[in-house]
Amino acid sequence: MSIEALPPEGALRTDVPVLEVEDLSVTFARRGEQPTRAVDGVSFSVAAGETVGLVGESGCGKSVTSLAVMGLLPRRGVQVGGSVRLGGTELLGAPDRTLRRLRGAEMAMVFQDPLSSLNPTVPIGTQVTEVLVEHRDMGKKEAATEAAELLDRVGIPDPTRRLKEYPHQLSGGMRQRALIAMALACSPRLLIADEPTTALDVTIQAQILELLRELVVDSGTALVMITHDLGVVAGLCDRVHVMYAGKVIETADRHDLFARPRQPYTGGLLASVPRLDAGRGIPLTPIRGSARDAIPWAEGCAFAPRCDNAQDDCLTEVAGSTVPLEYDGPGRELRCRHPLTHPSSTAGATSSGSTASGAGR
Amino acid sequence: MTRAGEPLLQVQGLQVHFPIKRGVFVDRTVGHVRAVDGVDLAIDRGTTYGLVGESGCGKSTLGRAVLRLVEPTAGQVLFDGTDVASLRGEALRTMRRRMQMVFQDPLGSLDPRQDVESLLSEPLRAHGLGGGRAGIATRVRELLDAVGLPTAALRRYPHEFSGGQRQRIGIARAISLEPDLLIADEPVSALDVSVQAQVVNLLEELQQRLGLTYLVIAHDLAVVRHISDVVGVMYLGSLVEQAPSGALYDEPLHPYTRALMSAVPVPDPVVEERRERILLAGDLPSPADPPSGCRFHTRCPWRQETRCDDEVPVLRELAPGHLVSCHWAEEIRDGALQPRSAEEVAATQGVSVRATGVEAIESDALVQGLDEPIERR
Repeated sequence: MSIEALPPEGALRTDVPVLEVEDLSVTFARRGEQPTRAVDGVSFSVAAGETVGLVGESGCGKSVTSLAVMGLLPRRGVQVGGSVRLGGTELLGAPDRTLRRLRGAEMAMVFQDPLSSLNPTVPIGTQVTEVLVEHRDMGKKEAATEAAELLDRVGIPDPTRRLKEYPHQLSGGMRQRALIAMALACSPRLLIADEPTTALDVTIQAQILELLRELVVDSGTALVMITHDLGVVAGLCDRVHVMYAGKVIETADRHDLFARPRQPYTGGLLASVPRLDAGRGIPLTPIRGSARDAIPWAEGCAFAPRCDNAQDDCLTEVAGSTVPLEYDGPGRELRCRHPLTHPSSTAGATSSGSTASGAGR
Repeated sequence: MTRAGEPLLQVQGLQVHFPIKRGVFVDRTVGHVRAVDGVDLAIDRGTTYGLVGESGCGKSTLGRAVLRLVEPTAGQVLFDGTDVASLRGEALRTMRRRMQMVFQDPLGSLDPRQDVESLLSEPLRAHGLGGGRAGIATRVRELLDAVGLPTAALRRYPHEFSGGQRQRIGIARAISLEPDLLIADEPVSALDVSVQAQVVNLLEELQQRLGLTYLVIAHDLAVVRHISDVVGVMYLGSLVEQAPSGALYDEPLHPYTRALMSAVPVPDPVVEERRERILLAGDLPSPADPPSGCRFHTRCPWRQETRCDDEVPVLRELAPGHLVSCHWAEEIRDGALQPRSAEEVAATQGVSVRATGVEAIESDALVQGLDEPIERR
């Protein structure tokens, strides 16, 4: 059976990406201060039915990336460069009218703190139906029925009653579900989830992750998952981009990434997280210093001051030219001059040759 | 002063109930939030007791009640043989020197207008320790050294440090009085992943060097497992399971513990795909109106008719040191009972029934837990 003969489910996973981000950069400028480059040359793409993870510590630019994609950054004092295309439509520099039409309908976002992203003075129902009335031209009654169905779909019990309630009357998990329901109202092609479970308890987190997983499988939504939790990434994402100081430093399939991290930062992160299935007393190997110790990319590798593998050319020789993000085996990219080596398994990783879509952009 | 062979801290039947007041002119008490409802535990000298549970289960209140930062409603807290709950005034103040706390939010727990030297020397001055100005100055430098901060930090203020460094200052302050017991309430949850490990390692190192006893309160099971000798799992104000760390993770007996452990993501895709996942239905019920019988029965995939609903399970010792409060622990362990899916539980229980309060007492935001669904009628 050839690929073409596959039923329509297969067609959802086409190679035409839903979202293409190319060389995205975001610079914050304030009068009298050096401009800060929060995101610097980030490129990635997400296909339908695919989950892509952006991982990094606070301050690495992952949230700014998502806001730039959604066009939610303020105009003043912020310069956004590069290209963001949603199904071929350029979003950067697009007029507000276009963006307003796309946001909510074609692309949607779930934020970290469900309480502060819902309007506390308006019932849940009004907030969910607003999307439907705005983007799907529904009447009020029709929208209310649809809203109840949406809440039911994300697993909120007794949806018709919940529609009349205010955000403070819902529990944290239910608020996050309501937000997801709002995001799903128009079956968007792209869903960006910015730390959707960080504010929730683990049992509730498991429920929400399961919901997102079902969503991607059932409706073929392209999901961008922004998180700092490597466990969440391991369970949910197909491809992972690790970010540090505004740049992507490693890209890989999740199996590759967790089995053979190449960037010392990725390896360090994995070694420093205590694992539930590891024994007591196995010492953690933390990364030295903190994310504050990063140096500007123009002076070398931003991670070099904290890196155990760092050598002289990580800092001095490359001053003026940044460490490039290079091809590193099929489906992998790496920004490092002295990566971690995994002698036993490198043969399998390099011998199978390159693929066209391997670089993931 | 120290008696060997006896646990350093013994908590017996500890209850902390917060009254819910209502009324404009007269404060009527309309109910109680049972934050901690009968907890027994004992911590041996030099060991670490880890307390885990979801938000709202009462783990922080328990920690505070041990230090008497909140007044216990009933029960005893025996610290080195003395009942902390009966102490007053100066005796309590002296006793507190031996039990210190590390808080979750490192910035919020440090005075922004005191520099590090002042922050670290204040406890010493308050308790008349350290031996005068010169002695205190030396001691403060030793403390900084112990937590891995440079001496240059002395003149700086909390806002000038990163999260991990602030937590180090908090730890230095806590150990400045050479306490016996250190209560750490979510010591790493506000920190970045790469920094968490540094603080965890520091806590372990200090324990070895100073022979400290820890009560670590956290929601992150992986962290708790890593540093604890004994782990207690709390649900709605009571302990549902307590076991040596290894035993608990190898063979969790209580359904809630099993669900909790299956919900913790493991940073390994291979493990993630293989392991069993137990999804729980609904949310944590309100501690103001806890479910009857076993408090977990509204969400439990193994619930059996009537017995779980009517009869309160007691903590039983199933294996040496392994306590569990579940009527059916043996049957569940042996696989005689099969779990139902979250949907089925939700269908039979109407999902977190008590939380939304079908016939609840007057309920509002105060009655209900912070994170609870609320219904006004």
